[in-house]
Amino acid sequence: MGEQRMESAEDLPEVVRSWIGEERYVEKTEFPIEMGYVLTTLSATQNANALYWDEAVAQELTGGPITLPTMASVWFRPHDWSPGRTKPAVALQLHFDLKDELGLPEAVMSDNTMVFGEPIRPGDELTTTQILYSVSARKTTKLGTGRFWDFGVRMVNQKGELCAEERYTGFGYNRDTPAASITMKSQEVK
Amino acid sequence: MSASSITPHLLLEDIVVGSLLPELTKEVEPVTVVLGAMASRDWRPQHHDYKFATENNGLENIIMNTPNLAAWFERYLTDWTGPKGRLGRIKFRMKDSIYPGEIMRFLGTVESVEPAQDAKSRVGWVAVSTELHSGEKLCVSCEARIAIPASPDANPWSLRGEDWRP
Repeated sequence: MGEQRMESAEDLPEVVRSWIGEERYVEKTEFPIEMGYVLTTLSATQNANALYWDEAVAQELTGGPITLPTMASVWFRPHDWSPGRTKPAVALQLHFDLKDELGLPEAVMSDNTMVFGEPIRPGDELTTTQILYSVSARKTTKLGTGRFWDFGVRMVNQKGELCAEERYTGFGYNRDTPAASITMKSQEVK
Repeated sequence: MSASSITPHLLLEDIVVGSLLPELTKEVEPVTVVLGAMASRDWRPQHHDYKFATENNGLENIIMNTPNLAAWFERYLTDWTGPKGRLGRIKFRMKDSIYPGEIMRFLGTVESVEPAQDAKSRVGWVAVSTELHSGEKLCVSCEARIAIPASPDANPWSLRGEDWRP
């Protein structure tokens, strides 16, 4: 499931350099995989694929029910609230760590690649791992001056089988002008 | 229902490089945005809170979220392939936002076809480039690699381990 990776910059803070290639935030999903979200997603997208609606088809093609491959990231998003939490949890914590450590308060995601492996099934317990692959030298775009970073989330099931890997390219930046906030309309502004 | 009777039932031999996928259109309503965001466990307010979206983010309205758009692309692609079509990878790039009141328009083109390499599995691969437009806006581009059966009794979902090369 490899991708081409960019070279990292030489002028990175030591702590950020230490993160490159390191497996971070190895976490289990907060609940066993279930079909409720699958059916709601099918409803939301008016998707009539018989693989998800017809048990006989699921049994014949996939040996039983599976979840939509593109839902892989759904399973590692934290609850909006849970007991004892004192601040909101965020998915992709590594992305926010980079913003903080590099002093780049704004960020957008430019590319998102999902590679699918073993199907995710109801009852599965997934473990996710976040990996930083590279951080670029400072660059200036129409949004501002900052750095690009490539990172990914790998998901394995309780058998250790790779179910999916998501790869992201983020751009963290400082706004150079107030107009920058108007230029970028993407929903991926974090 | 047997696998060979599952429809639609696209086979590799039916696919021609350069051919167009059937267009899909869908009018976006507020519930399209909110239901999709909740289904994908995306609680960020720009997907359900008009005041936040317009006053804090400078948006025109609440907007469709990315994971839900990925599910829409999956629906678009598997409408074409049928249940046997198995996504290997997708790469997408957000270019503009989609708001309630707009009409999403999905378009796709077959970019390449790889014949089945393994006589036993009889599964080939297809690369498709797709786009999501709203009016004059190109909102999302998406490249997909999909496993497709090369014969009626082949099943891409049966591939595992090293036989699965997405």
